[in-house]
Amino acid sequence: MPELITIAPVTRIEGHAKITIHLNAKGEVEDARFHVNEFRGFEKFCEGRLVWEMPGLTSRICGICPASHLVTSAKAGDDILAIGIPETAEKLRRMLTLAQWIQSHALSFFHLSSPDFLLGFEADPALRNIFGLLQHNKEFTRKGIRLRKFGQQIIEFLGGRRIHTPWAVAGGVREPFTKEERDKLLEWYPEVRETALLAVETIKKIHDTFKKEIPAFGNFHSLFVGLVGPKGELEYYGGNLRIMDSTGNIIADNIDPRKYYEHFGEASESWSYLKFPYYKPLGYPKGIYRVGPLARLNICNRIETPLAEQERKLFKKLAPTTESVNNSFYYHYARLIELLFAVEKVEELLHDPIILGTHVRSKAEINRLEGVGAAEAPRGTLFHHYWVDENGVLKKVNMLIATAQNNMAMNRTVRQIATHFLDGRKITEPMLNRIEAGIRCFDPCLSCSTHAAGQMPLHVQMVDADGYILDEVRR
Amino acid sequence: MAIKTLTIDGDQYSAQEGETILTVMRQHNIPIPTLCHLEGLSTVGACRLCVVQVEGIPKLLPACTTRVEEGMVIHTATDKLKKYRRMIIALLASEGNHVCAVCVANNHCELQELAYQVGLVRVRYPYLFPKKSLDATHKEYVMDRNRCVLCTRCVRVCDEVEGAHVWDVAGRGINCEIVTGLDDAWGKTETCTSCGKCVMVCPTGALFEKGVTVAEMEKQKGFLKYIITARQKKEWVSFTDGQ
Ligand code: SF4
Ligand code: SF4
Ligand code: FES
Repeated sequence: MPELITIAPVTRIEGHAKITIHLNAKGEVEDARFHVNEFRGFEKFCEGRLVWEMPGLTSRICGICPASHLVTSAKAGDDILAIGIPETAEKLRRMLTLAQWIQSHALSFFHLSSPDFLLGFEADPALRNIFGLLQHNKEFTRKGIRLRKFGQQIIEFLGGRRIHTPWAVAGGVREPFTKEERDKLLEWYPEVRETALLAVETIKKIHDTFKKEIPAFGNFHSLFVGLVGPKGELEYYGGNLRIMDSTGNIIADNIDPRKYYEHFGEASESWSYLKFPYYKPLGYPKGIYRVGPLARLNICNRIETPLAEQERKLFKKLAPTTESVNNSFYYHYARLIELLFAVEKVEELLHDPIILGTHVRSKAEINRLEGVGAAEAPRGTLFHHYWVDENGVLKKVNMLIATAQNNMAMNRTVRQIATHFLDGRKITEPMLNRIEAGIRCFDPCLSCSTHAAGQMPLHVQMVDADGYILDEVRR
Repeated sequence: MAIKTLTIDGDQYSAQEGETILTVMRQHNIPIPTLCHLEGLSTVGACRLCVVQVEGIPKLLPACTTRVEEGMVIHTATDKLKKYRRMIIALLASEGNHVCAVCVANNHCELQELAYQVGLVRVRYPYLFPKKSLDATHKEYVMDRNRCVLCTRCVRVCDEVEGAHVWDVAGRGINCEIVTGLDDAWGKTETCTSCGKCVMVCPTGALFEKGVTVAEMEKQKGFLKYIITARQKKEWVSFTDGQ
């Protein structure tokens, strides 16, 4: 009979992370489960509404990457209207997607993960947060906050509001971009580029500091899934799906994202509200795959922008040529390479005169009864799939979100860390801290993991083979 | 025509016989919230937002339907009246499904505007979250009953101004609903001329143009005054602002 260690939520509203670690009779870790108690019932809620409302609705419901939901939803709408959108609108939507990457990746690194890295896992928990970091290295933190602001500023310029902007619509976008806004962003650019480079340099130093810990941070084999551009380049808005295995082999390529459901299934477990998507040909749970920065960096052949491409080459060297970069710790590095790319790419877009065009919206009627939108959200590929009647009323909605796609991988990571740091029948502080950091690698979009001001709220229980609680920690 | 004198909130006014209290108040710019009333349409006194107190009469009377009488002493903004108006708006809000943040009429909505006007900050009644239908069968317009406040402006404008009489009120009490034809799908009715008048007079996001997204539905109400003055006085006022 296995024993059980649980890390559980104190309150659901606050989004505490609940983790159970199952021990076998010998007292070894047998399994670990990251329970998700957030349930938004969102898909049901949208049924009966109009397809035109969806960008506004979806970006409202998810406050963590609203711009990505907005763009993906608008793309699903384009598909239902069966129209091509104006070139200006596509470029502006691309810029919005990158702005969401910048905002989100900067938050993940500077606010959420840096305190662990720069102050150390053993630092006083009360200080191991952005405020502690502010005392420790004011300049570094301040730069990170400004970088995040740059992303927010773009979103604000484009959408008129910082979050929940209903600016992208089926058929294009609502408002064009202005020259004044462009100039303001270009003026800001040099500082932003410098900070992105600083972030990349910092994470590389961190790799040295944590040399001993990294091998146990979610190092396992899985598939990697994401969109790549027509030449196999790093993609964020368009492109087709590519699937790579842990040895670097492309096992499926050029998959139309509109046909995602032919390749991915969704399993459920009684202990989590979050689904467990898997790659169909391998079945559940063998079809485990990862999405997001680590996956995107693994699957692409190159990055279009020079500085990020240089880093990508270094990233590739983290694993032997016969392997993908399989260690989840390198999500951080991959994320920062993407941050650098996003910043460079935004500059490129800002210099493109097309973004100042004024024709930004095409109109059409319902021309298809089913539509799929896909884009790369900061945490991975996001799919919106809508079925409508001939009047545009939604009959069914399916959303495949990045965090769900990483669900199995997060569990695997927690299990590996728990195994490595297990110390008798007690939940130790080092174990707790590493589990938290392990989950952070994936930057999951659950409210428990996005508390900028402090630690991830955790509740840990350790239960023996007969279901008896050996230990319990809440914080 | 006889002239009547009356007192409103302590000041003396004179009015023509047959005029309503609301007409007099509007003439003298005395503020009072209204919802079902719309200049140019018949008056129904349905929403009760415009209620006033008349001395000597125990019940509250709607200003839009009550005709002036000699010597009337009227109070329009007592605490009691203000409280009732807040209650009315709160009831309307809790009876439908009003999520302004994602509504097509956000920032251009009379219900929202009224909520600010009467100082409604919190709805104390339980929300009913009724399951209401959305009719998107019309080629150009959508009816979302979730946001309908049953003011019947659409019914009246369609009947009285357009002459098509597509809309009607069906059901009773909480099941009361605005329907098209004989409760057919809007797109199936043969009487609708697609003139869009109902959409424009609707105070909320219940009636809107197909394809608009959050906060994009601005209603142009000037057309009504344009048509009415053209018909009655043979004068042509501006279509957009009715000047
Ligand atoms: S109709 Fe008005 S009150 Fe109702 S949701 Fe829309 S904006 Fe809000
Ligand atoms: S649809 Fe609009 S105009 Fe018609 S009754 Fe409802 S709220 Fe009033
Ligand atoms: S405006 Fe007088 S009752 Fe509605």
